[in-house]
Amino acid sequence: MDHIAKKLLELVADWRGDPQGAFNIRENSGCAGRQSTENVRIESKTDKPGIDIIVKKNTKNEKIYIPALVTHSDVTDLVYNDFYIGENADVTIIAGCGVHSDGCGTAEHDGIHRFFLEKGARVLYVEKHIGIGEGDGQRIINPQTYIEADENSYMEMETTQIKGVDSTKRFSKAVLQDGAKLVIKEKIMTHGNQYAETSFEVDLNGKDSSAHLISRSVAKDSSKQLFLSKVNGNAKCAGHSECDAIIMGDGSVSAIPEISANCVDAALIHEAAIGKIAGEQLIKLMTLGLTEKEAENRIVEGFLE
Amino acid sequence: MLELKNISLNVENSKDILNDVSLTVGDGKFVVITGPNGGGKSTLAKVAAGILSPTSGQIYFNGQNITQSSITDRARLGISYAFQQPVRFKGIKVRDLITLAAGRELTTAGVCEYLSEVGLCARDYVDREVNASLSGGEIKRIEIAMVMARGTQLSIFDEPEAGIDLWSFQNLIEVFRKLHNGIQGSSIIIISHQERIMEIADEIVVLSDGKVLTQGPREEVLPKLLGGTDTCRFCPKEVG
Repeated sequence: MDHIAKKLLELVADWRGDPQGAFNIRENSGCAGRQSTENVRIESKTDKPGIDIIVKKNTKNEKIYIPALVTHSDVTDLVYNDFYIGENADVTIIAGCGVHSDGCGTAEHDGIHRFFLEKGARVLYVEKHIGIGEGDGQRIINPQTYIEADENSYMEMETTQIKGVDSTKRFSKAVLQDGAKLVIKEKIMTHGNQYAETSFEVDLNGKDSSAHLISRSVAKDSSKQLFLSKVNGNAKCAGHSECDAIIMGDGSVSAIPEISANCVDAALIHEAAIGKIAGEQLIKLMTLGLTEKEAENRIVEGFLE
Repeated sequence: MLELKNISLNVENSKDILNDVSLTVGDGKFVVITGPNGGGKSTLAKVAAGILSPTSGQIYFNGQNITQSSITDRARLGISYAFQQPVRFKGIKVRDLITLAAGRELTTAGVCEYLSEVGLCARDYVDREVNASLSGGEIKRIEIAMVMARGTQLSIFDEPEAGIDLWSFQNLIEVFRKLHNGIQGSSIIIISHQERIMEIADEIVVLSDGKVLTQGPREEVLPKLLGGTDTCRFCPKEVG
C-alpha cells in the first residue's frame, strides 16, 4: 500500500496500524486486507463486487472497519456491501471512503450498503468522505444506504463530507418496524464548484418507531447543495427531520422536505433554516479579539462539529 | 481610561440617539450608567466597543484615539463588552467560548473556575452547547464569565442583572467587586437600573434622551435618583 492510500486510510478511518477487530480494506476495486473475528465474518460476494459482513447475535462492543480507497484517476469503483446484524448485537462500523485524483480523469466510488438489523440489534455506523489530490480530475462519491430495521433495533448513522469531493449524490432509505429507532446525522461542507445532493426516505411502519434526521451543511464559494427528505408515518410513530445550512459567498442550498402522516397517531416535524452567518455571532467573537475571518472560521467549525 | 468626547449618533429622519455626549471613566473606576429605556445607554456602550460608529465625536482609550478602530482592535487593546442579549451558537460549547475569551488554552479546571464564579455548576455546563437549550439566565451568566476570563482593563456590561434570579443577585455583585479589585487599575462600566448595583459604584451617570443628564459621585447622584417618589425618578426637574 502506498503513502496515498495510507494517508486516505488515516483520514477516513483514523487508521494507524492494523486495528483490533474485523476489517476489510478496499483499494481501487481490489481487496488490500481483510480480517474476520470469532463474531464478525467478512466474505466476498460471489455474484458481484463487494462483501457480506455477518455479525453473530449478542456480539457486544466490536468495531468493524471497512474503508474504501480510490487512489488515482480513471477508476470507477462500484461496490455492494451487505451487513447482517444478529439479534441484540451491538457494534460500531467505520466505513470511510477516500478518493484521490492527481490526474485529469475521474476517480469515483459508488458504494451501495445494505443493513439488515435483527431484533434488538444496535449499530453505530460512521462514514467519512474525503477527496484529496491536485489534479483537475473529478472526485466523485455516490453512496447509497438501505436499512431494514427489525423490532426494537437501533441504528445511528453519522456521515461527514468536509472537503475535496466534487460531486456527491447520496441516497438513504430506511424501513422501520415496531419500536425501531433511526438517527442520521449528516455534515457537509462544499466549496469551489462542488455539488452535493442528499436524499432521505424513511418509512415508519412500526408502532412506536422513530426517526431523527439532522443535516448540518455549509455551502461556500459557488457550490450548490440539495437536501431532500421524505418521511412517511404509517403507524403511531415519531419523525423529525432538520436541515440547518449556512451559505457563504455565492453558495446555494435548497431544502425540500416532505412529511406524510398516514396514521392519526403519527407525529412528524420538519425544520429547515438556511442563511448566512448571523452578524451578531461575528460581532460577539470579534469582541473577544478574533478578526472577522477568524470568527467566521470558528463559527463554521463549531457548526459542523 | 476611557474618554468619550462630544459623541453624537443620529439616524436620518429620526431624533438623535446620542446627542453630544461627553464622558470620562477614570482608571480604577466603577461607573454605573442608568436612565430611562430608550435613553441611549446601550447605544453608548456599543459605540465604546466599536459595534456602532458615532456620527461625530471622538473616543480615546488610555490616551489613544480609537474612534476609527475596529471591534477586534478595541478588544485586543483591552475593552470587553457583555451583551444585553447574549448570542447563541450552534455547535460551539461553553468551554470553547470561555477559552476564546481567555485567549489561551485553558484546562477544564480553568474553565470551571470562571463558571463557578458566576454560580454555574461547572461540570454540568462546560460541554453544553451555547444554543437555544440554555435559559436566559444561564446564558447571561456565561456572558459574564467570558468577560471575567478576558480580564481586560475595561469591562462594559449591558444590564447584566436582567434575567438573573434574586438568589444569585448578591453573588453577581460580588463578581463585579472581585473583577474590579482583581486587576490593578481596571475600570468597569455597568448599564443598570438596579439600586444595589448603583450602591457599589464610584460614579453614576444618568443618560436620558441621548444626553447626559447628571454625572457625578454616587454619594451625590444616588440620593437624588431615589428621592421624590411622586414623579419619575429620571425626570429632569427632579434631578436637574
